Amino acid sequence: MEKRIKGVSYAKYGYIFCIPFVLGFSLFMLYPLVHTIVISFSNYEGASRYLSGRFSVLDNPLANYTRLITENRLFWTSLSNTLKIWIINFIPQIVLALVLTAWFTNRRNKIRGKGLFKVLFYMPNIITAGSIAILFSALFSFPIGPVNYLLELIGVREAPINFTISLSASQYIVAFIQFWMWYGYTMLILTSGVLGLNPEIFEVSEIDGANGIQQFFFITLPNLKTILLYMLVTSIVGGLTMFDIPMLFNDGGPDSATTTLSIFIYRQAFSGSFLLNRAAAASMLAFILIAVLSVGVFYLLRDKDAARLKKEEKALRRALEAERRAG
Amino acid sequence: MEHKSIGSRFFKALVYTVCITLGLMSVYPFFVMFLNATRSSNEIRVQAVPFLPSSFLQLNMDIITKSKQFNPMLGFRNSLIVAGGTVFCSIYFSCLTAYALTAYNWKMRQPFFTFIMAVMMIPGQIVTIGFYSMMWQLGFIDSYLPLILPAVASPTIVFFMRQYLLATFSLDIVNSARIDGAGEFSIFNRIVLPMMKPAIATQTIFVFVGSWNALFLPRVLLSTDSKFTMPIMVSLLRGNIYATEFGAIYLGISMSVIPIFIVYFTLSKYIISGIQLGGVKE
Repeated sequence: MEKRIKGVSYAKYGYIFCIPFVLGFSLFMLYPLVHTIVISFSNYEGASRYLSGRFSVLDNPLANYTRLITENRLFWTSLSNTLKIWIINFIPQIVLALVLTAWFTNRRNKIRGKGLFKVLFYMPNIITAGSIAILFSALFSFPIGPVNYLLELIGVREAPINFTISLSASQYIVAFIQFWMWYGYTMLILTSGVLGLNPEIFEVSEIDGANGIQQFFFITLPNLKTILLYMLVTSIVGGLTMFDIPMLFNDGGPDSATTTLSIFIYRQAFSGSFLLNRAAAASMLAFILIAVLSVGVFYLLRDKDAARLKKEEKALRRALEAERRAG
Repeated sequence: MEHKSIGSRFFKALVYTVCITLGLMSVYPFFVMFLNATRSSNEIRVQAVPFLPSSFLQLNMDIITKSKQFNPMLGFRNSLIVAGGTVFCSIYFSCLTAYALTAYNWKMRQPFFTFIMAVMMIPGQIVTIGFYSMMWQLGFIDSYLPLILPAVASPTIVFFMRQYLLATFSLDIVNSARIDGAGEFSIFNRIVLPMMKPAIATQTIFVFVGSWNALFLPRVLLSTDSKFTMPIMVSLLRGNIYATEFGAIYLGISMSVIPIFIVYFTLSKYIISGIQLGGVKE
């Protein structure tokens, strides 16, 4: 009854008001996606084709893919760099964020200044990533940068370290910047997840004599699974498309050690020989990888999780009921 | 009771030590940056970690203004145009779409929402090549339009706006406006949009900052120096200034982040609670 007043149907406005979104999506996302797929099957490479915009689909449409996978070492290097940098940033990030979440939501020992800490921890996330990358490359500069100066001051090193020519140092620094920029965000999401939980489950467990650590592992963590899943998936998507920091910290170097998938794609397409077809194929492989990983994560964690959550909820409700009857 | 208080004292000492260290870690790089922006390259060479500002701000400024591509005022203006346009497109049309998803009963409503949820996860970067090629053929390279218009379809913002509407919207107001003879489109503009102000405010901050910080697409699409946004100018900083002019480099970075600092510290309360809103959604 609610959709009609005096016999007028308003349903059509639902369609009308969605037109801009649908148009925008089709023009700027769907069409470019299809176009990227077509380019990935084509001979769209070299300056002259690039300028004329004329290209045709190859006789063997998968040639760009097979060439990337079988011949292109840099593609594999950039893929493994991306995964490596993502893992060394994500694991400490999620661990620190969980620890901070446990501390900030601790019910017995209230921490003061939480608001200020949150503001400070989140701050790096909102600053232009490009500026941060340039700033860190200045901080780590050789032989007279602030980091080298501090290391000398506390007596850790004898001679200045040239961070920018060390392969693993560059990877670790890029991973560190990512970690430093994102742990605050992760913590904020996790904390609000905990605050969104029903306080009764904590109260009941306290009556049962659970301590803070037990509460964290047996109540908080299982209940945060959906949010952790969300963090994992968004972090995979963000990590696999990482561009600004490695590009500006050390130009993807040294010796391609911080060349990520996005930098690889960017360079294939827009520098030197304009291999737009190869770049498009690499983009599609990245897309497939992202899709497989995200769907995989969802599949592995979700069903089990939902079933268990339901079971826990039932058990909890029973416990609460018993509690109420006893009290 | 006694041992618990010792335990909790230890716990608090640990927590505050770690939190203060992390807090300093967030601030310190920027502290070094701002101070070094006022120092000469010579001073930085002698002592890279400063404690006090020096008096070479003007000198560093002169070095920066001599560079061709780094022009902070122009960068601010260009970034403002792009970010402003992006905010308008994404906020207005996301509200409209979210309104369509909550206020009207139409057959495709649920499938359409599922569709929006599904495309939320697709990273825009992977279609860059096709997007670029399309813009090239349309003659939109080196224009702000391809940076602004795609914001019309922002699935994430639609999702947030819908969540907000579901919690606050009531059909009664709309129905009484209908009885007064208002058209559907003007009901949206005059009644629904003002109602959504709190959600609009939070999302505006995030869209604005996100667009202001974007580097990848602007760098791919823009080619004229005078159209460069702030992040592109920063990315060219090291190539533009003689590499040993550290003071000037620090000043350039500082100028690029000052607007964000101002926005962040004046609105931090809303920004933090805005992010935390995202966490409670499930």
